[in-house]
Amino acid sequence: MTTVHLGDMKPGASGIVSEITVGDTAESIVVAERLREMGFGEGLSLEVRHDSLFGRDPMAVKVGGMLVALRRKEARQILVSIKTEKAA
Amino acid sequence: MTAPLPPLLIGLVGNPNCGKSALFNALTGLRQKVANYPGATVDRRTGSLKNADNIQLIDLPGTYSLKSRSPDEEVTCRVLEGRMEGEERPDAIVCVVDATNLAQHIRFALELKSLGLPMVVALNMMDLARREGIDIDVAMLGEKLGIPVVETVAVRGAGMVAFNDFVRGARSTLVANVPQKEDEQDRTSLQRRAIKIANEVTIAEGFEHRATRILDRILLHKIIGPIILFATLFVMFQAVYAWAETPMDLIEEGAAYLQGLVASGVTIPWLNSLLSDGIIAGVGSVLVFLPQIIILFAFILILEASGYMARAAFLMDRLMSKVGLNGRAFIPLLSSFACAIPGIMAARTISNPRDRLTTILIAPLMTCSARLPVYTLIIGAFIPDETLAGGVGQQGLVLFILYLIGIVSALIIAFVLKRTLTKGANMPLIMELPKYQLPNLKHLLLGLYERVGIFIKRAGKIILLAMMILWVLSIFPGAPQGATQPDIYYSIAGLIGRGLAVIFEPIGFNWEISIAMVPGLAAREVAVAALGTVYSLQGSEEAVSAGLQGMLNGAWSLPTALSFLAWYVYAPMCLPTFAVAKRETNSRKWAWFMAIYLFALAYAAAFVTYRIALYATGA
Repeated sequence: MTTVHLGDMKPGASGIVSEITVGDTAESIVVAERLREMGFGEGLSLEVRHDSLFGRDPMAVKVGGMLVALRRKEARQILVSIKTEKAA
Repeated sequence: MTAPLPPLLIGLVGNPNCGKSALFNALTGLRQKVANYPGATVDRRTGSLKNADNIQLIDLPGTYSLKSRSPDEEVTCRVLEGRMEGEERPDAIVCVVDATNLAQHIRFALELKSLGLPMVVALNMMDLARREGIDIDVAMLGEKLGIPVVETVAVRGAGMVAFNDFVRGARSTLVANVPQKEDEQDRTSLQRRAIKIANEVTIAEGFEHRATRILDRILLHKIIGPIILFATLFVMFQAVYAWAETPMDLIEEGAAYLQGLVASGVTIPWLNSLLSDGIIAGVGSVLVFLPQIIILFAFILILEASGYMARAAFLMDRLMSKVGLNGRAFIPLLSSFACAIPGIMAARTISNPRDRLTTILIAPLMTCSARLPVYTLIIGAFIPDETLAGGVGQQGLVLFILYLIGIVSALIIAFVLKRTLTKGANMPLIMELPKYQLPNLKHLLLGLYERVGIFIKRAGKIILLAMMILWVLSIFPGAPQGATQPDIYYSIAGLIGRGLAVIFEPIGFNWEISIAMVPGLAAREVAVAALGTVYSLQGSEEAVSAGLQGMLNGAWSLPTALSFLAWYVYAPMCLPTFAVAKRETNSRKWAWFMAIYLFALAYAAAFVTYRIALYATGA
């Protein structure tokens, strides 16, 4: 079990949400709240599904029963426990 | 006879994409009313429950939490908290929860308990959940939540009867059923509790929605995805042309038939002219575009209802982020292809005020359906109807290019604005990609009916009135003795037109076009109607029978026609857009800014187009 940032994961990688982090900016608090509202919550399973050709941004992530689009910058606030090696 | 029960107002609340509006449609059908909230332009949808007229439902804008982040969500929160002026606080709420996203959606249900309102959870999309192998212990869910739970299947009527009966039968218990607040109110605790409850009541987790997974593999594919998006838009604009041809011919024939009836039946010359040249020619020349507008709206409604619209936003995010916006702004912009007014209003879902303002300012650059009459008229008159290699119609191609110019211009303007007037940080994109759904025909028709109704009302009111005024101005005073020009040249309208022609002459507009510009300020399609009236009044019988396109082809040079098209790519010839922009930005200043920058662009573009075309055609 290792922990990585969702923002560093590639399509096909999966794991369990372990933490939503908050930085020291007000913006990161709002982003964390928004991420929770959109269904990112500790203990839910997660899988990176798609990203885009240029800059691999944005990405589409399956979390629980929902598919959510977000950019890698915000995705770095989500920590994921992974079993597989290939994600890191 | 029992005494009628007291009226009950039930608020329908839920996350976006939980099928809430479908549920509302299924429950109320054609009994629903759409209006605006006082002081806000958010659609206020209400309707009475079937066979229970004293129960009113109100469909509140979808939101993920009671902490509003956009003007749209703000309305929901204010109504629920009873802080919305002129709006009654609902007596009870129905929280719509998507059964296939239980863990994430019941967090909001828990949050809603803090309102202290009687509450029921509608466990929606149960059919889909079953098909996905999801099994939920509904009784236990109700127990854990401390709220009664009813299963519903919004897209089909079957579950509705049960729901309807439930609400009616349970109204006494419903109103008494105020749930207890959760002990811990903070977001993280609520979320933890929601996930825990979901785990406890889920008997089988099921497998994922297969169609969505397979479709996304293709539609969100790095390379194929954008190609499909582009192709979809291309097909949409080609279809607007190809499919509308027959019904348009029928409407034109109908108008000609009516004019024939008037010609033979009405013997008073002035009345004959008013009916035939003023009303039938004017209104008819706009109504003829109804088939195209229906097709365009149908496409947009299908894209929205199927869940593809959010994918389009995902695919466009990279490009939009380059100009400083995010993919979400693409949705109001795409709606603006139908009409800038719903487009500008849809910008309410953008939470950042600067991004929202930028989106509003560029929305009128998206080619709206009111420009279609203008474009198709000119294209039909001047661009040969030939098929190019690959079966692509040349006229459709030109139309597509006009759309493209609008889009590219909008992106450039956004880029400039975001670096100057609406400068600010790049806002994050965090957006749900809903499951794909086969659009429901009934709901689709309901949506079309509503939007087409607005167009017809406009044609009926504004255009009819504008045309009658124009007709009066166009025939008085009559031509003097020995006149060499058609009568209209000497009329009040002719005088105005000749005056304005000084301004418009450098971009190749003649006095007839200049006349049409005046009523054309009210709405773009009015210009077509006005041209119809102006040319119909001055034309001979044979010219009139050749139709407006034929007349224009004879009267305008190609550079004038192209300049006219360029003008309409940019010109904000639409008073309602101006009014909505003012209301939505809550600023006269920004509305004026929008009008002025668009007029300046229009004049510059038409000037350049005209001069280049003159040079190219060797004149």
